[in-house]
This record gives sequence, C-alpha cells and structure tokens, in this order.
Amino acid sequence: MPFDPDGAVIVTGICGRLGRNLARKLHREYEVVGLDRRPFPGCPKDIKHYQIDIRRKKVQDVFAKEPVRAVIHMAIMHDPRMDAEEHHSFNVMGTRAILDYCLKYHIPKVVVLSSANVYGPRADNTQFITEDTPLMAAERFGDIRDLILVDMYANTFFWKHPGVETVVLRPVHIVGHVHNAPSNYLRLPRIPVVMGYDPMVQLIHEDDVVEALIRSLRPGVRGVYNVVGPEAVPLRRLLREIGRPVVPLPGPLFEAWLRAAFRLRLTSFPPPELDHIRYVCMVDGSRFERDLGFKPARGLREIIALFRGNPGGGA
Amino acid sequence: MLGDALVHALGLEKEMARVERLPRDNLNEFGFDPFGYSPDYVRAVAPYVLLFYKYYFRTQVFGVEKVPKGRVILVANHSGQIPVDGMILATAMMVEPEEPRMVRSMVEKWVPTLPFVSYFMMRTGQVVGTPDNCVRLLERDECISVFPEGVRGISKTFSERYKLAEFGHGFLRLALQTKAPIVPVAIIGGEEQAPSFHNARTLARVIGAPSFPITPIPFPLPVRYRLYFGEPIAFRGEPDEEDERVDRKVKTVRSTLQALIHRGLRERRHVFW
Repeated sequence: MPFDPDGAVIVTGICGRLGRNLARKLHREYEVVGLDRRPFPGCPKDIKHYQIDIRRKKVQDVFAKEPVRAVIHMAIMHDPRMDAEEHHSFNVMGTRAILDYCLKYHIPKVVVLSSANVYGPRADNTQFITEDTPLMAAERFGDIRDLILVDMYANTFFWKHPGVETVVLRPVHIVGHVHNAPSNYLRLPRIPVVMGYDPMVQLIHEDDVVEALIRSLRPGVRGVYNVVGPEAVPLRRLLREIGRPVVPLPGPLFEAWLRAAFRLRLTSFPPPELDHIRYVCMVDGSRFERDLGFKPARGLREIIALFRGNPGGGA
Repeated sequence: MLGDALVHALGLEKEMARVERLPRDNLNEFGFDPFGYSPDYVRAVAPYVLLFYKYYFRTQVFGVEKVPKGRVILVANHSGQIPVDGMILATAMMVEPEEPRMVRSMVEKWVPTLPFVSYFMMRTGQVVGTPDNCVRLLERDECISVFPEGVRGISKTFSERYKLAEFGHGFLRLALQTKAPIVPVAIIGGEEQAPSFHNARTLARVIGAPSFPITPIPFPLPVRYRLYFGEPIAFRGEPDEEDERVDRKVKTVRSTLQALIHRGLRERRHVFW
C-alpha cells in the first residue's frame, strides 16, 4: 500500500541505540514500523518490526503492504572493523534501495541521518562550516567515503525529486549511551589527547538528535541541515569537566601507537580519526534553527554528566 | 603566582587593568568564544607578553585614537622572520586605547597544524584567515587585523626591508562586503629584529614550510617597536566588482601604508632606542 497520510513511519536501523530511543519517543505519536537486520529485544507492542537486511528484495513487501507516511533512514553504519566491501554495499546500496521505494510508493517524506563528519576535520577548516561546503572528509580518511556517498546520493535525490520532501541531517558528534566513536572515546578510563592541540568540539546529546529527526517529519520541511547541540567547547576543557585522567601523547607517537593498536585489534579507533581531536570540524547549525525552530534541550552540563565518573564501555 | 609577581615588579598594573576590561560577550559558560578565544587565558599570559612589549621592545604607539569603534580592519606591514609584529599590534590595541580591544588576527591556514602554536593562537583570539571567519567577526563588530603581504612579508631579506611586497585582494573585498573601515598600521622595528640575508626556498619546500629565512640571529634583537596608526579609509563599492577596480583600492591602501612607513622611518633616530 502506498502513501497514507495517517500511515506509519518506517524507521530503518531501528535496533541501534539511537534507533531504539527514537522508536520509544516516536511511537507515542505515530505508528512505527521497524526495519533492521538485527532483532529488537523489548520492542514495544505497537511497533511492527521486520528483521530484514535493507538490501533484500523482501523489503519491498514491507513498503507494499504497510500504509506509510514517512521514512526515517538511519541504517547507515560506521564500523571501521567491518569488511570495507560489505560496509560500502550496506550503506550505499541500502540507501539507494530505500530511496527508490520512497519514490515508487509515493512516500512524501524521507529523512536521512548523515553526519557533520562528512566535512572532515582539517587544519584549514573555516570555523563554521555551512551546508553548501564541499564534503572533504575522504581526503585523509578513505574509509568514510561511503558515508559521503550516502549523503551525496540523498542530496541528488533531493534535487531530482522535488515531489519527495527529502531531509538530510548532519548532526555533530552524537554523544550519550550510543556506541559511536565520540561516545566511546569519552568513556575511556584514561583519555589520550594529542600534545599541543586542543580543538573546539561540538557535541549533541542523543535525545536532541531524536528530537531533530522527529521535527524533520513536519510537512513542508525539506533540505540539507547541519544540526548542532550546545555551544562549542575546547576538547581539554570538556575532558577536565568529565574528570578522568587525560594522557597527552606527541602526535607522531600517538599515530604510530594507534596504527599498531588498530592492526592488533586493541582499539576500534582508526588512525586517521585522530584528526578529530587535533583539528577543528565545526558546523553552523543556524539554518536548522531558523527553519525548524530547533534549539537543543540538553546543555553541556548534561552531556558532561553522562560521562562523568563511571569509566568502561570500552574502546 | 609568577605572573602577579611580574606585574608588581615591573609596574604593569595600569596595563593589566586594561586587559581586565577586555569585552567578555559571546563567551560560553566556560569562558571561551566559538573560535576558542579565552580572555582568561589572555589575562594569564599578558604579564609575559607585556614584559616584551614594554621592556624588551619598548613599544611606542602613535595615533591609536584613530581606530574607530565597531567593526574595523587593521592592515599592517609584515616583517621579522618570527611574526612578533602581530603580537605587538594586538597588545597595543589591548593596553593603549581607552576602551581595550581584542584584535582578531587572520593567520595562515597552516598555523593550526603546528602543535602548541595552534593552541596559543586560538586562545589569544587569532583565527584561521578564511573569508567566512573574517565576515563573521566583522559582523559582530570586532577588530580584525590582516597582513596582506602574507608570508612574502615575513620572509623579506634585509635589503628589501620596509618595502611592501604585493598585497592580496581578499581583505578589500571583505571590507566592501561588511562595510568595515580600513586602518593602515605601519609597524617599524620588526625588520631589524632578525635580519635575514637569504630565503632558502628549496629548503623550505623540502621541509614543507612556506619560507625558510637564513638569519644569524636565533632570537629577536631588542629593537624598539614603533606603531603608526593612519586615518581610517572607508571604501564604497560591491564586494564582487572587477579585479581592476578592487586593485585600485588595494593600491590606495598600500601606498597609504607605505607613506606611513616612510614617516615612521624618518622620525626614528635609532633602531634600538
């Protein structure tokens, strides 16, 4: 069944931490259909969950069967441990399939969760990157190429199909209970930093990302948006507030150690990501604020409180 | 605290009182602006900087009252192999005018790659010189400084001293876009602090530096710095007008600055005092 104004919201990648948080909030207002190759333990009764890989043909049946009003596509993974080919195929082919179904079944709204990381941390970055800036992240970090492809694919889709309200969100580092690189980094028992560098960083609380995704469902909203949380803060100052020991390492030594540790599977942080704690990658979120009236509800203090004390969670 | 001891020993109370009055708007709850500038950090390093400014370089400042309130672009000559001139200019704007101002210098894009330097630059209000950064600061009515000679300026050899190198056009287009007045500032003294006889361009390329001046002086000599502020120049025009028209305006700034430099050199009796 195609578009239905009272239909469900399909959420791909619903079984990640962020997806589950979104589902819990979304299902109070909307009917929710989950799509993920992982199981959804503790799935609320009124959420229909389909455990399928989004690249499978069977996904089409879900679109054909369920009355749908919108799709939130967040089945985009960033796992440096995953086989590169599989990573690429899942992200790029998966996104393509989902967007194709949106077109085929006349779904008027699709929200794609990209990331501000697509701009990439660079020494010569301007302080506030706006949405029309070229996505340079792959220049130094090849593994992020498919995430840029996904973002660009969604961008092209946005321009080619004015009939579908496409929203691409590029939030800054999402932190919270999620298992992504920035959150894992802030949970380390001893936090390494690059000696002599202290870039400004922008973080956003996972709850605010959920809020941003839900707001993007509002009819009439379309476009590419940076999404920022509370004001930027120097990395070291943030770590001091978190209060765990900080270990400054000279850049070349840190890089060599990280390269070895990554190869030996002692860490999940790929060496090129070191630039995130060396150079600035800050975005201007004023467009999203202006068009959607979005203001983050969670401040720096709440973010710091998330990470204060209890170490663990691991690399 | 060593800093406080310095302030008392050298009688820097008046200057420090000005530093205390630096504007503190646009700071987050930890005291940083979005570019990473921290007035508290500036206050902490100020005694050491003032030691150099007042006692080592014995800086003299002429015409600082000509700098208008609100947004303004200071355009200065660059010199001295080690860019002390930027620090001198920023310190002068902090301690000389009635209302202290934080100068936001536009620095080269490779500066953030340097450990420690990047950190110091950011905390003291310097920003990477992208047009967007410049416009954002001017629109907040800040005072920015540019050295339109860029690296060409600091790597001049002794025989080229006080001859302005070619100017870039960027600053003028930004002035037109933001309707910010331009104040030329002649900085005298920097050229003699570390005379260089050769710029080893090949060597510079090998190590990836923008220039590699060969100088026998490992640390800036205690020359006397003199700063001459010119009258503000307000240009009219569109930021996207043709190069020739912008070029004429740039030449006006350049010749005004060169005249100001000549005046400074004429009035100077000696390099060191």
